[in-house]
Amino acid sequence: MNKTSFRRIKNDTYKLGLILLTIISTVPFLLILFFVIKNGIAVINWEFLTSLPKPIGENGGGIINGLIGTGILIIIATIIAIPIGIITGVYLAEYPNNLLSNSVRIVSEIFQGVPSIVVGIIAYFWLVKPMGHFSALSGSFALALILLPMIIKSTEEMVKLVPADIKEASLSLGVPYYRSILKVIIPASLSGILTGALTGIARISGETAPLLFTAFGDSFFNINIFKPISSLPLLIFNYSISPYQAWWAKAWGISFLIVIFILILNILTRILYKKI
Amino acid sequence: MKLKLLNDKVFKNILIITTSIVLLIGVAFFITLILESTSSISKFGFKFFTSTDWDPVFEKFGALPFIVGTLLTSFLSLLIAFPFTFAIMVVLGEYFTKGFISEVLRYLTELISSIPSVVIGLWGLFFLVPAVRFFQITFGLQPYGVGIFTASLLLAFMIIPYAASIAKDAMRLVPKDLKEAAYSLGATRWEVIKQVMIPYSRSGIVAGILLALGRALGETMTVTMVIGNSHFIPKNLFSPGNTIASVIANEFTEATGDLYLSSLIYLALVLFLITALINLLGKYILKKIQINH
Repeated sequence: MNKTSFRRIKNDTYKLGLILLTIISTVPFLLILFFVIKNGIAVINWEFLTSLPKPIGENGGGIINGLIGTGILIIIATIIAIPIGIITGVYLAEYPNNLLSNSVRIVSEIFQGVPSIVVGIIAYFWLVKPMGHFSALSGSFALALILLPMIIKSTEEMVKLVPADIKEASLSLGVPYYRSILKVIIPASLSGILTGALTGIARISGETAPLLFTAFGDSFFNINIFKPISSLPLLIFNYSISPYQAWWAKAWGISFLIVIFILILNILTRILYKKI
Repeated sequence: MKLKLLNDKVFKNILIITTSIVLLIGVAFFITLILESTSSISKFGFKFFTSTDWDPVFEKFGALPFIVGTLLTSFLSLLIAFPFTFAIMVVLGEYFTKGFISEVLRYLTELISSIPSVVIGLWGLFFLVPAVRFFQITFGLQPYGVGIFTASLLLAFMIIPYAASIAKDAMRLVPKDLKEAAYSLGATRWEVIKQVMIPYSRSGIVAGILLALGRALGETMTVTMVIGNSHFIPKNLFSPGNTIASVIANEFTEATGDLYLSSLIYLALVLFLITALINLLGKYILKKIQINH
């Protein structure tokens, strides 16, 4: 009897301890959220969102260059990665076991784990060096390389989930293969593919390392994709390691914007995911 | 009829060509890293990894301090992360597999992994660094604040949800009859977890740890912001240091001279090979588990 109650106590202690550890592990997250909201909200106002940064010593100024830069970087990266990713994903799902698909699957898996800074180096040698200067395009390319494997993977998995009967029904009605894919298979898996794309976009919207030697940053208003461009994560990095308190405050403000943006994408993803 | 056939052919060609482009990008990626690091590889060879001199002025480059820094931060962060990862794995994999608490926890861990590393670095810089400095002053250590330990703490926080979500999935795959067999013999829930579930999901747990290690090795921004960027081998866990990723982030745009740049690419190549290997191994284990079920 004594031994049984000891085992029971041990059982309860472990359960309590593990739950406690789990709760503790979320504390840093709540602290980060608290700091970002507390320090971020104080900075956000109309001027912060709509004007260019001012030199240190002058009050005010904003981050419109970073907002527009991040927007452009994400849009171009998405335009590059989504078509290639979806087509490759469809190929992998339709021809799962030949030499090409097996090797592309390995490449895609390696890419998912490549440190993003290494991707930045590649974009530097492929685009920045030949062009002779940093550019938004090279930054977008780096982000696209990070986004691509995520879209390939979610497309492949989603297309595989579409029941074979649906495709066969379409083919048996005499619909050509390419139309069956475009009009039946892809629409059937679209919300899953979109979920993958949104998760990927949320991830690249916060990427900093690959932009260090590609987009580089710029403190003026710029929409030319062949010129260096600023981005919100780059601004956070530059401001936070600067010695000026006024810039630290800006770094918090930008973090607030990015975290909100990512939270919204997260919620959208959840809504889409529930539909599948 | 002929037109349709042509279209199917064209469509298939588009699929093949696009997929081949992805393959080509992957191969060219690797080749670029090798080509661009050639001059450093041929000059320093294997001595690159044993020399501690990193001196751009005299063009002497040895990577040992950065390799030590990378290994220290990664393994220390794994060590710190382990008890928490284990706890989340058991809590989400067995205690609360469904319901409100499980949903909230799952959502929280998902959110943690979606916070950009630069934001985590910012928090580290203005909260964790002063906190660590306070402890160092209290215990009479040199009050750097920044350093290997601070970076490892942040890394640990970042890899916990990633490792835990993989390990938890493995735990949920444990067949019901196995668990029920143990219960019917009179085992408590903890005994079932310890003696049935953990041994059964061992390979999934290993895969989670491996993939988390891959992340920790390559994480750049957070580490760069709080590690202190020193070019010497850290004397203890609280000293400032540098990792492979952080030294690349700091010096790439300033690298004047071909040998300097090429040495940085050499570092990137090493990082790429190690993370690729670890990732493939982790994914391979996961695939094997999936096939078994």
